[in-house]
Amino acid sequence: MSDSAYLSLEQLKLAYGKTVAVDRLDLAIKQGELIALLGPSGCGKTTTMRAIAGLLAPVSGHIHLDSRDITRVAANKRSVGLVFQSYALFPHLAVFENVAFGLRLKGMRGKELEDRVQSGLKTVGLSSFASRKPGELSGGQQQRVALARSMVMEPKVLLLDEPLSNLDARLRLEMRAELQRVQKETGVTMIFVTHDQAEALALADRIVVMLNGTIEQIGAPEEIYNRPNSAFVADFVGFENVFRVRAGELDTETGRFALGGAIPREAQGLAWRPSMVELGGGPFEGSVRGMSFAGGTRQYLLDTPLGPIKVEASAHLPTHALGATVRFDLPVSIAAPLQRFG
Amino acid sequence: MTMRQPAIVVLGLLVAFLVGPFVVIVAASLSAGDTLAFPPQGFSLRWVAKVFAEQSFRSSFALSMFLAVFATLAALVLGIPASYAMSRYSMPFAEAVRTVVSSPIIVPGIIVGLALLRYLVAPFGINVVVALFLAHTALVLPYCVRVVSASLDNLRSDVEEAAILLGSSRLGAFFRVVLPNIRNGVLAAFILGFVTSFDQVPVSLFLSGPGVQTLPIDMLGYMERTYDPSVAALSSLLAFLSIGIMFVAERFIGFSRYV
Repeated sequence: MSDSAYLSLEQLKLAYGKTVAVDRLDLAIKQGELIALLGPSGCGKTTTMRAIAGLLAPVSGHIHLDSRDITRVAANKRSVGLVFQSYALFPHLAVFENVAFGLRLKGMRGKELEDRVQSGLKTVGLSSFASRKPGELSGGQQQRVALARSMVMEPKVLLLDEPLSNLDARLRLEMRAELQRVQKETGVTMIFVTHDQAEALALADRIVVMLNGTIEQIGAPEEIYNRPNSAFVADFVGFENVFRVRAGELDTETGRFALGGAIPREAQGLAWRPSMVELGGGPFEGSVRGMSFAGGTRQYLLDTPLGPIKVEASAHLPTHALGATVRFDLPVSIAAPLQRFG
Repeated sequence: MTMRQPAIVVLGLLVAFLVGPFVVIVAASLSAGDTLAFPPQGFSLRWVAKVFAEQSFRSSFALSMFLAVFATLAALVLGIPASYAMSRYSMPFAEAVRTVVSSPIIVPGIIVGLALLRYLVAPFGINVVVALFLAHTALVLPYCVRVVSASLDNLRSDVEEAAILLGSSRLGAFFRVVLPNIRNGVLAAFILGFVTSFDQVPVSLFLSGPGVQTLPIDMLGYMERTYDPSVAALSSLLAFLSIGIMFVAERFIGFSRYV
């Protein structure tokens, strides 16, 4: 555990009954960081979040928060807030009472309570909705109430479960900005769970990519985006052409292929985004199986001896017709070297 | 010719079949004659008045009300936690337990009544009212569990988790968040349980003793002794009472959504 860790998970093992969901998880988070837990469904990200909240007791391992071991501390004594994916507002209480719920339990009353709740509602822009019932609000408004309800408690850590997934595209951008603003203004340590890499890249200070109950990679958005360390992360962030490397050659199902450049020693694999494949020349040949126009670019799917290859080329370049044979290159110099494959 | 006319005729017959007896009984109870008859002879309210004057009706009505209210309350006190446990926790034999607790008793009421009399009341000398109370509680419980479970299933469990993360205890979350949100389901369960208990005959038949009779048993006995329209008058009054309760229940809690 490093000195600067505010929240740390050590060798955490989590299970539902006999099904192990997360195993040997280590993670250290600094105070005020905005962290994304990113991964496909079933990767253990929500389970990890529930363990931090205290809703799931770990099988083994430890959770420290603010220099205190909270592994066995009950969920209602942790000062951890959670904004549920479904918002989980109390349907029978008006917006004001939803936000006041936790403060009342702390014994806050009267003017102080009124002020805290009103300032919480003001932060999320819902001052005039205090007397509405949750059922009378839109999804985006409900989410902001849920956010205010957690934030007025001044939690040490705020957890958000898929905060943007139930919102339409326009609201999603708005809410994204809102979350960033609230986080910057309050400096709260925030962890959100998402399966959407674009969301994680746009919002987080650091991204924790999870797969099958373990961490695949931790890094800043640029790092994850440009230097994925495993085949899974590469594929997840858009490197759609991923190859295993053996003895300095690409190892595919259909055979081995040498590349025109030295492959880094430690690389177990190489990955290229569709836009990194050079079309129109090079050592390889393929036939066009699919083509689609995407505004500024054209996307091709090629059948090649290496297997299917996805290519993205500028729309200004001449079109390659379906069935046409084209030459292409996979430049080693710009490929992402993968330290782990599979 | 379309299918419309025959369908309307069938529907009309069905409505007549359901409402007919009610109309006949109300009409018969307003008769001026001395025996139960339809069509009624003349018009009078004297049989309605007699219902209120009849001491035995008053005491059996009081007992039936007492049983219906307190047996249903007892069934709710047992049934709400049971429903909660079944909806929130996985337990061994959960399905079997659920089936047993939520199925109205399959054994005929006559047998239940006889068994309770033979093995509970007779050997232990349990007070007849206590025996009736226990029997009615058991009879009403499945209805309560069923209706309350349905409302609990509609309330997501993350609402409770939200309350806990805001500092509430699990028990506190139940009273502050769960109970207020299943309130209408509980009221619906109460009404259904009340009606079930109030209308109960076979079990009560065995457990009613001298001087201790529920209203339906009393009415049965009265009809065996006397053939005047006061039973019809009482039936009409009870029917209007249920219609009133149902109207209010539908209006305020949308009763039909719960049962």
